[in-house]
Amino acid sequence: MEISYYPGCTLKTSAKNYEKTGLALLPIFDISPVEIKDWVCCGATYSLTSDNLMYQLAPIRTLIRAKESGNPRLLTLCDMCYNTLKRAALFIENDEEKREKIKNFMDEEETDYRGDEVEVVHLLTLLNEIGSQKISEKLVKSPLDLKIATYYGCMLLRPKEIQADSAENPQLMENIFQGMGVEVVEYPFRTECCGSYQIVNRREIILDRTKKIISSAVKNNADLMVLSCPLCDYNLEATQKELIEQDSNFKPLPVLYFSQLLALILGIDPEINDWSLHNIDPTPVLKRKGLL
Amino acid sequence: MKRIGVFICHCGINIAGTVDIEKLTSQIKEYPNVVHVENYKYMCSSPGQQLINQQIMDKNLDAVVVAACSPSLHENTFRTSVQRVEMNPYNCEIANIREQCSWVHDDKQIATDKAAKIIKSMVEKTVLDEPLMPITVPVNRKALVIGGGVAGMQAALNIANNGYEVILVERESSIGGHMAMLSETFPTLDCSQCILTPKMVEVDQHPNITLITYSEVVEVSGFVGNFKVKIKQKAKYVDWEKCNGCGDCITECPINTPSEFEQQLGERHAIYRPFPQAVPNKVIVDMDECIQCMVCQVFCPTDAIDFNQKDSIVEQEVGAIVLATGYQLYSLKNLPEYGGGEIEDVIDGLAFERLLSASGPTQGVVKRPSDGKIPQDVVFIQCAGSRDPENHMPYCSRICCMYTAKHAMLYKHRVHQGRAYIFYMDIRSGGKDYEEFVQRVMEEERVVYLRGKVSRLYEEDGKVVVCGTDTLTRRNVEIKADLVVTATPIRPIEDIDQLSKLFKISINQNGFLTEAHPKLRPVESLTSGIYLAGCAQAPRDIPDTVAQASGAASMVCALFSSDQLYHDPIIAGVDEDLCSGCGICVGVCPYSARTLNREKGIVEVNEVLCEACGACSAACPSGAAQQRNFTDIQLKNMVKAILG
Ligand SMILES: Cc1cc2nc3c(=O)[nH]c(=O)nc-3n(C[C@H](O)[C@H](O)[C@H](O)COP(=O)(O)OP(=O)(O)OC[C@H]3O[C@@H](n4cnc5c(N)ncnc54)[C@H](O)[C@@H]3O)c2cc1C
Repeated sequence: MEISYYPGCTLKTSAKNYEKTGLALLPIFDISPVEIKDWVCCGATYSLTSDNLMYQLAPIRTLIRAKESGNPRLLTLCDMCYNTLKRAALFIENDEEKREKIKNFMDEEETDYRGDEVEVVHLLTLLNEIGSQKISEKLVKSPLDLKIATYYGCMLLRPKEIQADSAENPQLMENIFQGMGVEVVEYPFRTECCGSYQIVNRREIILDRTKKIISSAVKNNADLMVLSCPLCDYNLEATQKELIEQDSNFKPLPVLYFSQLLALILGIDPEINDWSLHNIDPTPVLKRKGLL
Repeated sequence: MKRIGVFICHCGINIAGTVDIEKLTSQIKEYPNVVHVENYKYMCSSPGQQLINQQIMDKNLDAVVVAACSPSLHENTFRTSVQRVEMNPYNCEIANIREQCSWVHDDKQIATDKAAKIIKSMVEKTVLDEPLMPITVPVNRKALVIGGGVAGMQAALNIANNGYEVILVERESSIGGHMAMLSETFPTLDCSQCILTPKMVEVDQHPNITLITYSEVVEVSGFVGNFKVKIKQKAKYVDWEKCNGCGDCITECPINTPSEFEQQLGERHAIYRPFPQAVPNKVIVDMDECIQCMVCQVFCPTDAIDFNQKDSIVEQEVGAIVLATGYQLYSLKNLPEYGGGEIEDVIDGLAFERLLSASGPTQGVVKRPSDGKIPQDVVFIQCAGSRDPENHMPYCSRICCMYTAKHAMLYKHRVHQGRAYIFYMDIRSGGKDYEEFVQRVMEEERVVYLRGKVSRLYEEDGKVVVCGTDTLTRRNVEIKADLVVTATPIRPIEDIDQLSKLFKISINQNGFLTEAHPKLRPVESLTSGIYLAGCAQAPRDIPDTVAQASGAASMVCALFSSDQLYHDPIIAGVDEDLCSGCGICVGVCPYSARTLNREKGIVEVNEVLCEACGACSAACPSGAAQQRNFTDIQLKNMVKAILG
């Protein structure tokens, strides 16, 4: 089965590991992702201005490309892309007047778009549809004695109209990993804010958040953390180095995209990972747990 | 020929402003059967009514048409008025030329023509109107009250004190409801048990009240004045005729299980009564827990234990029903942001009431559930699921501002050095002496009120960390609390859907029973003879509950004030000569008023149940189902008059 795929910018740059491992998972379940042609920026943050429709053009263009591809679903890996694309689709689906305006503006575009022709779906949702049972059947390594902390942040879960799972008690990653015998530790900050774009001008906020979130996961005995959002990854992973310098008591924790861990467990060649993209080297713990 | 008088009202300028009254009057004068036409500024005024009555006598009128406002406003006025000169009220009809004509048109010409058509069509109806007499039905002057909380008890006592018999059905083994669980009550802080127990005893001992506890109504049929109900009495495994409530069996029972009454904070045995002051003071056996060791049987001095007891059904006939099934609290399980019920030291308001209660599991010493420590920092969260249309309940639960203030105060009275924090959205203390009570809590008790919501809670190092925001200082707050008390929404009982189907009464989008009119008929349901009281209708405190229950009781007494009941005679009958017994009308009748008599091969009508909706008349293929004074011929003539 084919599915259209929208990568977005980070998956081609700092989140290459996510793209490579994420896409490598799909053939195992007979799904072939097809990257849509001529995709553009997703908009990066969903615009809340109601009178300037310019900001909606980028995601809607991408949705038009997806519609042209002929597949009813559009796969995203990045939580940000998921959020902006899905909200833009909902926006024009529900507002006829704005939809007409955008259509008129983009008159060089051959195809027009109503909002409901393409379903934006996140990789985690797709895997949950496949189901933990089917995934576990493909298990190559039974990762004994592995404790992970899952981290969701916000883009996948909020606002309610587009949420992929419950905002307060999401289970998308739990379902997959618990099904294969990995222990998911309990800690209070799975859905805490990572600080988001405050990283640009108020770095101290992110340092503060990272310390709180990572320390709590460590305290609850996590061996590593998995997540699905490149911005969360950047905030929670890269800043740990600074925290180590600031505070000798700070205990770092390796952070991986969930697909990296899943790919290892399902026996996909670890070489597709570029471990140098990690600031906190996960390889020692992965070796210790027999995954490398 | 019928002699009809037409009386046209100006309604000040409401009608006269857009309808040319004089022209209209002269147009109608010409119409067949009309022997008198007159107009007047305010027909509904006393001189207006007298004018009509005078003409009825002078011109020897058989019927009148009053062309005025909507019949929903003054039909009753005019029909009552014409009776004074001995005209049958159903020979007085209203032609609505205000709401349906003058108010919706600007053009005088068009409005005048239309008013003429409306009046002519009503004259056509009146020509064939028959004099009718109200239908009378006997009233069974016995009431059924469902739910033995303070609402049900109050209603039962009021009705019983008026001299009528009452059956009170309660599904638990004791009456009392939630009020029996409360410690002290705002704003006066009287002890809940102390004011409730005398009422419970009064209910039990009242000669006019039959108390049926541990029972539920399972079937209802009939109609106002004449309901038939089946009540299922659940097996108690104890012969209550013999049980003297000594409690010896309880002390000897080896099984311990969490007590529902104590909100799982204390234990009870498999043979038990929910609380020591239970009324009736009798025990029941919880078969899910019982291991049938028979110790109770051995120790029972009256030989009351009976493991062969079965559920039984009793039938009763009553004239009126009061629904007072109360509420339940929204479960903490629904609030993952507040631990989803997994954190032991995060409890709801009723659990805190039990911790405060002198007869509770801790004898009134505030101890937290996890380790029994006396909490030094307690956080109270108001609106924990109320006023949250996106995630939980959209409505305000109305009593939580008050009971949370009470909780904080009582906590401070018990633990003087303790610190109490209340997160709130707004303080809604609209009640007699309520605002003063809250102010006292803020100022004298030094409780910290923080305006903002709590975003999450989590357990850490034996504390519950509460992350919230104080929107007044615009700062995030984090409090390491020993105990968190959440004010979760007031919800209708779990099986409210079944209840509403059973009694054929509607519920609103949140599951609360719907009153007949939100302002003017607040204690009646839309089904006549069924009344509402207490939190089953909407969240409310004890004073409001008791007031509403008394209201419902007085409606019942008003119904019982006569042994006859009058029903509007405008109903759909059956012309036995025309009816073929096809039964189509039986299926379309929404009130179950029609039944097929197979022996006679015709349909029969229960006139009291018929609400004159006309569905049967429309469905009847032979014209046998005719609504009185709305017959097919009348309607055809009316349409002709309008089109002509
Ligand atoms: C934490 C808390 C604190 C409170 N503190 C105060 C206070 O200080 N002051 C104050 O004025 N108010 C207070 N209240 C409000 C008070 O509890 C209610 O106003 C009052 O109990 C409502 O009485 P009720 O009879 O309508 O309902 P309930 O007390 O719920 O009684 C309903 C009864 O009906 C029975 N029942 C339900 N369904 C059926 C059925 N199908 N068949 C037969 N029986 C049935 C139930 O078992 C129950 O006995 C508080 C409420 C809470 C939650």
